[in-house]
Amino acid sequence: MNAPHRDDAASLMIEREPYYQPLRGEVAMFEAAWNNRVPVLLKGPTGCGKTRFMEYMAWRLARPLVTVACHDDLTAADLVGRFLITANETVWVDGPMARAVRLGAILYLDEIVEARKDTTVVIHPLADDRRTLFVEKKGEVLKAPPEFMLAISYNPGYQSVMKELKQSTRQRFVAIDFDYPPAETESLIVARESGIGADAAARLVKLAHMTRNLKGNGLDEGASTRLLVHAAKLMAHGVEPRAACSGAIALALTDEPEMLSAVHELVSAVF
Amino acid sequence: MNSSARSSSAPLGAAEIEERFEELIGAVLSSRRTATGLAGQLAGQPRTVQEFTLHWVGITARSSPELAYQFASVAPAAIEALGVAGAEQWLIAAMDVFDREGLYRAAASLKDLPGFILQRREQAGAVAFEEVARVLEHFLAGLSGRPMKLEPDDLPWTDTATVYLPRRIARFATREENFRAYKVTAALLWAQARRGTFLLDAARYPGAQRELALLGVLESVRLAARFERELPGLHRDIDALCRPALDARFEQAARPLRSPSAGVADSLDALRTLPAGARAPDWAFLGKLEPQRALEVRAARLLRDKQELHSALARMQNEMRGAEMPAAEGDPMPTAGAPRLRVALREAEQLEISVELDGRTMAPPPEVTALVESILQDLGELPEEYLVAAGEGAYRAGGGEEAVELIPGADGAQGGRFYDEWDFRRRHYRKDWCVLTERDVHPGDPRFVASILARYRAQVWHLRRSFEALRGEDRRLRGEPYGDEIDLDAAVRGFAELRTGAELGDRLFVRRERNVRDVAVMFVVDMSGSTKGWINDCERESLVLLAEALEVLGDRYAIYGFSGITRKRCEVYRVKRFDERYDALVEQRIAGIQPLDYTRMGVALRHLTGILGAQEARTRLMITLSDGKPDDFSDGYRGEYGIEDTRQALLEARRAGIHSFCITIDREARDYLPRMYGAAHYTVIEDVARLPLKVADVYRRLTS
Repeated sequence: MNAPHRDDAASLMIEREPYYQPLRGEVAMFEAAWNNRVPVLLKGPTGCGKTRFMEYMAWRLARPLVTVACHDDLTAADLVGRFLITANETVWVDGPMARAVRLGAILYLDEIVEARKDTTVVIHPLADDRRTLFVEKKGEVLKAPPEFMLAISYNPGYQSVMKELKQSTRQRFVAIDFDYPPAETESLIVARESGIGADAAARLVKLAHMTRNLKGNGLDEGASTRLLVHAAKLMAHGVEPRAACSGAIALALTDEPEMLSAVHELVSAVF
Repeated sequence: MNSSARSSSAPLGAAEIEERFEELIGAVLSSRRTATGLAGQLAGQPRTVQEFTLHWVGITARSSPELAYQFASVAPAAIEALGVAGAEQWLIAAMDVFDREGLYRAAASLKDLPGFILQRREQAGAVAFEEVARVLEHFLAGLSGRPMKLEPDDLPWTDTATVYLPRRIARFATREENFRAYKVTAALLWAQARRGTFLLDAARYPGAQRELALLGVLESVRLAARFERELPGLHRDIDALCRPALDARFEQAARPLRSPSAGVADSLDALRTLPAGARAPDWAFLGKLEPQRALEVRAARLLRDKQELHSALARMQNEMRGAEMPAAEGDPMPTAGAPRLRVALREAEQLEISVELDGRTMAPPPEVTALVESILQDLGELPEEYLVAAGEGAYRAGGGEEAVELIPGADGAQGGRFYDEWDFRRRHYRKDWCVLTERDVHPGDPRFVASILARYRAQVWHLRRSFEALRGEDRRLRGEPYGDEIDLDAAVRGFAELRTGAELGDRLFVRRERNVRDVAVMFVVDMSGSTKGWINDCERESLVLLAEALEVLGDRYAIYGFSGITRKRCEVYRVKRFDERYDALVEQRIAGIQPLDYTRMGVALRHLTGILGAQEARTRLMITLSDGKPDDFSDGYRGEYGIEDTRQALLEARRAGIHSFCITIDREARDYLPRMYGAAHYTVIEDVARLPLKVADVYRRLTS
């Protein structure tokens, strides 16, 4: 991020259709929002397919996609851009947000609550009907073209009070609720993503449901679809199923010894 | 070792040992039975073995010189086979036998050294209930369904709410096998509750113990077969424990039960076809069936679930209607178009539940889903009468309502403040309904805090370190290689250097590091009578560790306790105010926190919201440490009324910009806390002993 290089829209285009299994009208919802220039908030647990959905929509709408994974040191300047100093002058470099606005891209701010609070200052005018980005340091006002779209994601399961989305922010967005897909669909996704057989995929999904039962009973989160795909990929490469699940699922979920043995027992019950 | 000067580590000589033996057990020695032989045996042994033997001969001789003699004669062999520690256990076991059954048995027990070695090997592989309880509890929760409790008992059985497991399993040689026996036992009992062993009327279950035991075997065959398809790994484990196999005629009777559609009625049919002399096999996981107890528990739960489902639906109706047009008080509840549940069972296990109201379909709140699942599990279906919302009449009566007139200034109301209380049935506040007084906690033992810090020394060190890492520092770092702004000083200097021909450095930016922590936190401690004993101890210990962590962090904090009895005597106890320093007096107040009366939570939270709301802070947090539901003596606070009032108080706090969080040790908290605090704003700590460390942990997670 310190030395962003200019690249054109082409490199941000999604070339090949990403695999995405639509669940309940979210594609139509997103398209409607895009057509009406309304920003979108994706809500849902980690690893349930939000990022993949964004890639799929960018491909579908044939727009470049700029994704920013937010972290707790991400500032407004990181998003908008900053002056860099070269030999004899200061040079302005666009941040991902300014670049996305200029390109008329889809800007996806992943896990927005992780970012520092001052980022809301630049998000707000872009997220309401002004659709403008103030580049304060340059005194420039960027007007977003009609193709531009802002999407943010948010995991409501976090407990930290520091990580709650403010009402003034969330009420600017149309929310699309994501959750883990129904069992058959999820098996399909796991099989398709990893190449393992339908039976093994169904068992992985069964295991995932068991760990999701433990959410709030000692686990912060159950196994996500992403974890299942990881385990399935290991299995497809000949790793023994129990070993694959231990590495990709049990150990990824918890460090607590008792919970770990419980998850191990669930793994060996399923396989 | 053969130094002439006798050091304390050199072995004793035969003569010396003989002398000691004469001294210790002279009474049982005779011309035919001398100490010489014993001493000769022991003389060649290392000094530690000698001392050990003589020491225990002395102790045993006080109970029975004869037993001591017997011990001395086999001690070297025993020590060789078992080691010193093992030999001690072996002797202690023999002395226990002596106390219970006399010398003859005790001597026999001493002589049966091989038997003891065998038993000890078994012990080494034994697994105790306490070791596996938490793992198995998680395991069962993972298998899904209602959460089930685990308790130890003599035989494994279940009443559909609790799974009782044996205190110990030592049947197999290794720990792995014994643990597997525990796991399989727990899983099959879970399956009894989950897969309909207790679905029939009480009269259909046999009364005789023998038949019940046989039914238990048949049920385990049926339930194991269900696992074969769903959980093949578990099925393999069960299979490995079904040794010896059923004899041919038993097997023939049990065969239909292996079909996926078999139910408990088929097991009862199979029971009738069993040959007269059929005996239950000796499988490690078999326990007893208690259909009557299970059916009682089931009936009570169904009644409760039905009521809760009714009122949950009514509540949804209220909320949805209330959002559109606030109903005037006293309006009769419109019954036409009450919400209806529509439940569809997809596949074997997956439920699809939706609620219909006024022609709209919506997803039900999680508590409704859980209730429907629980009812389906008990009945196998969802009868019509469960599916409609009941009007106000269906609310559980919260006890008789007293209409006591409050006279301000009387009856403990001196210096008290009046607070409104939310009556969910009226959907209105009751004006000035509670009187609350603020008091100081009476200081307790001044050494308490120091003793806790000493006990948790290692953890406190760890805690301090992890909180130091959190400490907010708002620094503008100048001369950074990257940052939000240009550091003008550095830039000017850099350009000057550039002009003189030097290279331009890259440290030209200003970076702001981290936000300041601007947190004010209020800890609210439940001082109700139910915390008496170690819960109270753990609460106080938690506060000591927390205070330690918060002092490191520099967050502003206050600690208050609450209790009270009836709405006229609600009390809030100051332990530490926001503007007070954490000094000796506060330490003594923490020590002085005591269990008092009841948990009228709403009014306490309203009062404390006022105090916390007056603090200027970016984040205001109210954390409650509790052991159960809101509850009060009389005037109907118990149950739904209390929960709804507390919820309302928390909503008020939320409107005042306060985040609420609850840490509880109540295992049933998941039934009501999501409603009160919201799904992500509470945590249940299963193990009270871990509360002190967990609380600090939760606080860190909340504010980082």
